[in-house]
Amino acid sequence: MSILIDKKTKVIVQGITGSEGRFHTSKMLEYGTNIVAGVTPGKGGQNVEGIPVFNTVMEAVKEKGADASAIFVPPAFAADAIIEAAEASIPLIVCFTEGIPTLDMVQVRYYLDQKGTKLIGPNTPGIISPGKSKIGLMAGYIHKEGEIGVISRSGTLTYEVVDQLTHLGLGQSTCIGIGGDPIIGLNFVDILDLFNKDPDTKGVILIGEIGGQAEEEAAKFIKDSFNKPVVAFIAGQTAPPGRRMGHAGAIIAGGSGTATHKMEALSNAGAKVVKSPANIGMAMFELMKNKG
Amino acid sequence: MKIHEYQAKSLLKEFNIPLPKGELAESPEDAKTIAKKLAKPVVLKAQIHAGGRGKAGGILMAENPDDAYQKASSLIGKRLITPQSSPEGKLVRKLLVEEQLKIKKEFYLSFVIDRAKRRLIAMVSKFGGMEIEEIAKTDPKAILKEEIDPLIGLKRFQAIRIALGLGVRYSEAAKLSGIILALYKAFYKWDCSLIEINPLVLTEDKGWVALDLKINFDDNGLFRHPELKELRDIYEENPLEVEATKYNLNYIKLDGNVGCMVNGAGLAMATMDLILHSGGKPANFLDVGGGATAEMVEKGFEVLLSDKDVKVIFINIFGGILRCDTLAKGVVEATKKHTVPYPVVIRMEGTNVEEGRKILKDSGLNFIVAKSMAEGAKKAVEAIS
Repeated sequence: MSILIDKKTKVIVQGITGSEGRFHTSKMLEYGTNIVAGVTPGKGGQNVEGIPVFNTVMEAVKEKGADASAIFVPPAFAADAIIEAAEASIPLIVCFTEGIPTLDMVQVRYYLDQKGTKLIGPNTPGIISPGKSKIGLMAGYIHKEGEIGVISRSGTLTYEVVDQLTHLGLGQSTCIGIGGDPIIGLNFVDILDLFNKDPDTKGVILIGEIGGQAEEEAAKFIKDSFNKPVVAFIAGQTAPPGRRMGHAGAIIAGGSGTATHKMEALSNAGAKVVKSPANIGMAMFELMKNKG
Repeated sequence: MKIHEYQAKSLLKEFNIPLPKGELAESPEDAKTIAKKLAKPVVLKAQIHAGGRGKAGGILMAENPDDAYQKASSLIGKRLITPQSSPEGKLVRKLLVEEQLKIKKEFYLSFVIDRAKRRLIAMVSKFGGMEIEEIAKTDPKAILKEEIDPLIGLKRFQAIRIALGLGVRYSEAAKLSGIILALYKAFYKWDCSLIEINPLVLTEDKGWVALDLKINFDDNGLFRHPELKELRDIYEENPLEVEATKYNLNYIKLDGNVGCMVNGAGLAMATMDLILHSGGKPANFLDVGGGATAEMVEKGFEVLLSDKDVKVIFINIFGGILRCDTLAKGVVEATKKHTVPYPVVIRMEGTNVEEGRKILKDSGLNFIVAKSMAEGAKKAVEAIS
């Protein structure tokens, strides 16, 4: 099993006629993703890689149905695109766009919460359930079907970890990049909850980074309600203070946001915290071995 | 993006925020002229992009125009080392010369985005002139917050509520609520990430005045405000960082000697961590991005080469959108154009890795190739110890 997406998930691609949209549509189709339609305003009636293009999301949904939308739309129009997908009642949205203004995301997130829509990202590598489907930018071949869930705020660091896992013979149930922006959709806790309920996920790797308090919230959830082994890594142990975390972030977090604070919180919650990014896969391998 | 206090104050003029009278001085003569014009004691404030300048001696009082000339001479050209600046300090080039005010009491007021609540919030405190982080630690109840509903916006009653929370008279709270509502509009107008008035002062004769003002912009919102680009002060930034931004490279100078070039911010930070755990110190953070071209890789490599602190270069790439052959071409081109006086360690994995390795091998150049990021970090650190 996997979480959020599988072979049957019907996907539409917003921004399918742009260079990014076109490229990743072909890669996703190659991987086996069930892409049913594309959307680009003004390009309705064309087709990309044999996929019909519509002018609006509503039209695409009406003609083809959709369980998820993949958004490759430039920052100036991305918030609009996310809201359009939610308004058409698509339950899962994956937004890859990097650089959406934060105030736009404040509004988007508010609307999605009212609608009960799930959003992955923005500024994410997306999601992959190996062997089944991917709505993502990741290279499919480094993944292997299996039982480890991966959640991360990063892109390439996730590929690194997946590569370590695959080389150790540990496959993945689902890998999700939650996105690197200050305001995102699904967070660590939401996804941990889904992995908790997925009988085929036996362990979870959590890759966090400095800033915000998503890792601290994850630590609390792990302590209170999570019943599977967790390996955690926090990127940015050497990052200078003040450069990424602005004045504002530091105030609200009340002193949290540093790698040390996050590592302590996760460790106290019972997660196996790894200091070196080179040892993440191995730490999970050993946990799984001990578990038998 | 950060801007100077004088720029922030000038931006807010259209919102009728009460400000001290004053002008910008770029020389002691300017300071004298401005003091003469104001015809009263003045305050000279160093314009640098780092907080804590008061404690570092960046704010001086002057009684008369000649005194202003003297004090300005001592400040301009000086390096200020503040808790928020780099160890070598910030060079003072400009001063804001303002009238001194008769202050009754100092307060704090700001607008920030609360990541956890996913809302814009307004914050006030009756303790002005102090760092808000300090108050958050020692007396969190002294900070009052109003969450702003994204659909409804900030309402007048909310502004009055937090203003009254400061313990001032209703008439003063009502006036302050006007300032709070105006700042809210300004925050949206320019896609800010922070507006902070600290201190906000209540004066004996002029009511509320925004004594110090700080505005940061959301970099993601800048495309909507091309006029703000002119406010960027490249003298406040590291020259290598300025060079890197020209090519859309995400670069931050650090104090170690292992130059790193990585794709993706998370992997770049993790690579820095790994260098530290291997006994070295990273010279920089450099994320060439997921979709880097051969030219961007070449430019990134050149930025590392122009950093005098670098003694070894470690390139760690997990190819996805950025293919390994693209990376290899960029590195080979850059190495051929310049003399590289120290070892270059390369670790590549992912898309087109075999083609990439072949390009490196066929170039005849002497790269140290690593099979994993751990091996790469180890080899890089070994190369200089």
